[in-house]
Amino acid sequence: MAEPVRSIVVLVAILVGVLVTAAGLIWLERRLLGLWQDRYGPNRAGRFGSLQVAADMIKIFTKEDWVPPFADKPVFVIAPAIIVVTTLLSFAIIPFAPHIEIVDLNIGLLFFLAMSSLSVYSVALAGWASDNKYSLLGGLRAAAQMLGYEVFMGLSLAGVVMLAGSFNLREIVEAQTKTWFVIPQFLGFVIFVVAGLAETRRIPFDLPEAENELVAGYHSEYSGMKFGMFFVGEYIGVTLISALIATLFFGGWLGPLLPPPLWMIIKTFVFICGFILVRAALPRLRYDQLLEFGWKLMLPLSLINIMVSGAIILVAS
Amino acid sequence: MFSLLKGMWIVLKHTIRKRETVLYPEEKPIRSPRWRGRIILSRDPDGWERCVACYLCAAACPVDCISLQATQDEHGRRYPEFFRINFSRCIFCGFCEEACPTYAIQLTNDFEMGEYSRHNFIYEKEHLLISGPGKYPDYNFYRVAGISIAGKGKGESENEKPPEDVHSLMP
Amino acid sequence: MATIFIDNVPYHVQDGQNLLSACLSLGFNIPYFCWHPAMHAVGACRMCAVKQFRDESDTRGSIVMSCMTPASDGTRVSIDDDDIREFRAAVIEFLMLNHPHDCPVCDEGGECHLQDMTVLSGHVYRRNRFKKRTYINQNLGPFINHEMNRCIQCYRCVRFYRDYAGGRDFNVFGVHDRIYFGRCSDGTLENEFSGNLVEVCPTGVFTDKTLRKQYTRKWDLQTAPSVCPHCGLGCNTIVGERYGSVRRILNRYNHELNGYFLCDRGRFGYEFVNCDRRIRQLLVKDKSGDSEAFLQPIEKQQALHSLSEIFRSGAPVIGLGSPRASLEANFSLRSLVGPENFYIGISDPEFQMISRIIEVLRNGPAHSPSLREVEQSDAVLILGEDVTNTAPRLALSLRQSVRQKPMEMVDRLKVPRWLDGSVRQIVQENKGPLYIFSPVATRLDDVATKTLQLAPDDIARIGFQIAHEIDPEAPPVSDLTANFRGLAANIAETLKQASVPLVVSGTGCGSIHVINAAANVTRALRSKGKRAGLSYTVPECNSLGLGLIGGGNISDCFQRIMSCSVNTFIVLENDLYRRAEVQITDQILNNCKRLIVIDHIMSRTAEKADIMLPSGTFAETTGSFVNSEGRCQRQFRVIPPTGEIQEAHQWIFDIMTSLQWDTLRHFSDIESIGELLAAEFPVFKPLPEVAPRSSFREFGQKIPRQSHRYSGRTSMLANITVNEPKPPDDPESPLSFSMEGYQGIPPASLIQRFWAPGWNSSQSVNKFQSEINGPLIGGDPGQRLIEPSASGKWSYFTDIPEPYKPQDDLWLMIPKFHVFGSEELSSLGPAISERIPKPYVGINPKDAESLGKQEGEKVAVAGENFSISVPVRIIKSLPRGIMALPVGLFTLDGFTFPQWVRIVRD
Repeated sequence: MAEPVRSIVVLVAILVGVLVTAAGLIWLERRLLGLWQDRYGPNRAGRFGSLQVAADMIKIFTKEDWVPPFADKPVFVIAPAIIVVTTLLSFAIIPFAPHIEIVDLNIGLLFFLAMSSLSVYSVALAGWASDNKYSLLGGLRAAAQMLGYEVFMGLSLAGVVMLAGSFNLREIVEAQTKTWFVIPQFLGFVIFVVAGLAETRRIPFDLPEAENELVAGYHSEYSGMKFGMFFVGEYIGVTLISALIATLFFGGWLGPLLPPPLWMIIKTFVFICGFILVRAALPRLRYDQLLEFGWKLMLPLSLINIMVSGAIILVAS
Repeated sequence: MFSLLKGMWIVLKHTIRKRETVLYPEEKPIRSPRWRGRIILSRDPDGWERCVACYLCAAACPVDCISLQATQDEHGRRYPEFFRINFSRCIFCGFCEEACPTYAIQLTNDFEMGEYSRHNFIYEKEHLLISGPGKYPDYNFYRVAGISIAGKGKGESENEKPPEDVHSLMP
Repeated sequence: MATIFIDNVPYHVQDGQNLLSACLSLGFNIPYFCWHPAMHAVGACRMCAVKQFRDESDTRGSIVMSCMTPASDGTRVSIDDDDIREFRAAVIEFLMLNHPHDCPVCDEGGECHLQDMTVLSGHVYRRNRFKKRTYINQNLGPFINHEMNRCIQCYRCVRFYRDYAGGRDFNVFGVHDRIYFGRCSDGTLENEFSGNLVEVCPTGVFTDKTLRKQYTRKWDLQTAPSVCPHCGLGCNTIVGERYGSVRRILNRYNHELNGYFLCDRGRFGYEFVNCDRRIRQLLVKDKSGDSEAFLQPIEKQQALHSLSEIFRSGAPVIGLGSPRASLEANFSLRSLVGPENFYIGISDPEFQMISRIIEVLRNGPAHSPSLREVEQSDAVLILGEDVTNTAPRLALSLRQSVRQKPMEMVDRLKVPRWLDGSVRQIVQENKGPLYIFSPVATRLDDVATKTLQLAPDDIARIGFQIAHEIDPEAPPVSDLTANFRGLAANIAETLKQASVPLVVSGTGCGSIHVINAAANVTRALRSKGKRAGLSYTVPECNSLGLGLIGGGNISDCFQRIMSCSVNTFIVLENDLYRRAEVQITDQILNNCKRLIVIDHIMSRTAEKADIMLPSGTFAETTGSFVNSEGRCQRQFRVIPPTGEIQEAHQWIFDIMTSLQWDTLRHFSDIESIGELLAAEFPVFKPLPEVAPRSSFREFGQKIPRQSHRYSGRTSMLANITVNEPKPPDDPESPLSFSMEGYQGIPPASLIQRFWAPGWNSSQSVNKFQSEINGPLIGGDPGQRLIEPSASGKWSYFTDIPEPYKPQDDLWLMIPKFHVFGSEELSSLGPAISERIPKPYVGINPKDAESLGKQEGEKVAVAGENFSISVPVRIIKSLPRGIMALPVGLFTLDGFTFPQWVRIVRD
């Protein structure tokens, strides 16, 4: 098979795979939440509600796509696209197995951090373009939250980079052949999970769309597929962060018996379920607590983690 | 921190719990006798309309969805000329039943009232009136009221003396 | 001012009142039943108990009845003591012993003073195990429903009916605890104020029978302040509406005017609003087809288009005003057709009399007293007026005025005037001077010092002579019998002795001489420095207002129509058949090329209309009216706009709109019309300020016509549409057709209901008064337009008529008014029509004998323009040679009074 054709097949497979996963998560999340809350969740459309996604899609596509007359129209339209595009782009650097990846970038991790930082524009702009006080508050919260949590997200990965000696994700995975980095970098793992939750704006960090205070936050004014983009964007984000956790701390595709891509998918889904469990169990933080937690606890912790890891590596070498 | 983890563990344990949900159309829930469902107008043990059109239910209704007009027969028995409930506005709070001095208006167990047209939610007296006494089998307002109606003259109610003879000067 | 201590807090109160009214004036809630602000205290019910202390050191105190205790300086009471509460709870429990379990089916429920007071006194459960006492009810006629079981024996009804209103056919019967309030036997309550029992009775013994037919609770009625349209007095009323029909009229307290009471015509006359003779559609006679033309419905735009065509065609359009339409409607019509084409819609003699009344009142020096001032006059002379039948509420006030003079005795004995029992003991049958000269006996004769039945001209002559006796400057009457001379001198002396004498006269006997004579008497009294009042009655609710606007004579109007120089004739809320005899009216209407009628009732005139525009009755019209006192008052519509009915001035505005007038916006609403009226006639200067303007808001909100408990909002119209249309706007007034708005006490002229927390009955009026029996908070509604000018030039009328001489073959036909029947609109209601007598012609027994007629036999009467055949009624009091013809009882009724008629012998 010629190299370009292979790349295109991988690219399409990953794109379709990610989108299908994101859509499936709509169903999965509701079923799991139902399970943990002693309910059923969607169980009417298709067997076990399996056609719920299709029903949701039909609904969301046929809903009136309304742009408020007071909104800043171009920005209002572009904002939901940004989040989908940036999170999808991040998938370019994820290695699903040896040689199954879109680009083998030697600064892959930096690319991911750059893309995730960009996605905040989506939320902030959506809030601003809606010209609605609750939306704007939501957008502002998202911006402040991102600013705070982006910093130690990057720092928490420094330990991993130091251990692997590379920003290339494939090399990071290969460096875990002996031990998964979750063991030496347990603190880094915890910090990254917290930052990841904040990054995807999921409970307990869903302050930008806190519906008891802000109606629906930055997407109050959105309807139809534009709203759907935010929704899908969030689920792609969840998938991305789960895939990254698997890659960075749990040895990516590495594993016995089963083929490497399957290992990668299994690990990713375990973390996705973890995200949903967090949502089922934890309440939302207060806004000041959130920022305090980020700046006063997580940032020093991640700095300590770098110092300790650096010292150990220095001593060991 | 541990409380967070403990909370997550408790939630996770619910994976193997029995579900609370009742699958409604296939399986009907059990409703208590005090269930506040579709409103009816009942009849007294003699088969007459219990409603005396006192307007108290309409006054009590927080969404003002009850309207009626009082009228009376030639013997003085008062009843509603029309009695209308707009169920598309009703919130089934049961205040009307509480306000009713004659046990005429009662809330029943029926709650399956879905309609495709709002017009079908307008219930007139002929839709509301049932042929029995509902939850209170014995009460008959006119047997204790002081007014006279067909078949019950003055002083023939429960706990009443026969009418006074005002021409008598006996002490 | 006296200082009293209530629960150790000092309060300043007016002198000379009892503790109960002092406490109520201060806003405290003290329960009471037998006390009534107009009928004062008898101390019968024992509910108003308070604890009185001798001085500061007295801690024991003693229980007294607050209505029987003067609020003298330094009185110390507790109104909320434990003993007091226990006492009141015991009393109310006794009162409730026999009260039936009726509230759900009782018409008083929800506005019941007994309910309020029971709640106020804390009685909840009936502990008595014994059986309840019952009574057989009576049929008391078409107005009042009787339910004796509910009685709590407070005696208010007899005190009102017998002592206050002078009724004789109602009393209290029985002994022991078997007291019965009713008539001797079943039958209609004859007194024309019986309707007040509904409001006087604290519970549901007497209820409104007309309301009972279409019963609605007080909280469900949409109510608005209104002015009674059924006579010239303009009593204030509250009109209640539900489901688009008027349900009842309640009294609206006005300190200066009607106080707490209305007459039965005012209270029950509203039923015409709902009658089937109402016009609810725009109708046009289609003359293009066959000759048998009927009135048929037509689209509004089409009708207005053809109307504007008529106006554009150039030929003159003339308009006829109405004494029962508002000032604004009359003025709009006058502006539409032009002042030279506007005619007064009343007969010429009546117009003459009204103009004379206005002239007299304006030039003074006597001023026209309000009803409250009438009650306070201590000597009254009535000239030619059967007040009970022409202005009933005035008769009730006159009945009170005879108690003024004997009050001097009461004051001498230092008995407070509010101590009703003692006052009646002292007064006994003593009455102040009241002289009545009228063509026939009146209902006030029982309290009169002297009554005399004379022909109208003779009444005028006596009046002139009295004036001469008071002031020799006034012209004397020659060739008067010594008898009359002595009587006149006697009356003159009495009037001169009185401190506030009053002369009552009016249009009732159809003689301008009587009006002149009454003016002479008051002028003479004034010249002697007396504060004399002069009260004229006028026939309709806006007679005086129409007279003030002025216009051409109706006979000139008829002449123009007969000469065919008129294109179109617009008749505003008027029935020509009541203004002129049938022959004449028929001729006029047949000669008229095009007749446009704006009216709400399908009258005979309306039947002949080419275009019929449906206007609103008093319940559908916002407008201003001038009463016989010269007081201008505003009424507000209570029925929201429905169908094609709109106010008369709106129709005229629509015609103006279709003509594209450039001064258009000035006629768009009553306020702008009022401004124009005020600009054109100086007398109407106060008109724009008669009631708060439409922009008025209380705390930024309109005054809602619906109570805060109004029910059925989302269900009333659900059978027509489930989409709940928005409530109608009312741009013309500060009232809204809604539950939303300011539910507190509005300005006095906007009071749409009497209600206060804990006070659901009409007794809650005490919360709206600045003090008990005082004016409403913020001043009473209405503005007096006519005050005698200080510099007014006046002189005595010298036009003394010749004495009346009976003539062979010719009879003097004079009008006889009936409280039920003589007024056009109220007669259309079913309840009132039960009380209307059959048409008759009244003659003296001797005349009947000479005619050889028995009571009930028919005679044929022929006048200048009419001939009728009616049964004879023998009236003893009628002078010989005079024939009394009841007004308004004939289907075609436009007789000119007085006139000489013949009896056609068969």
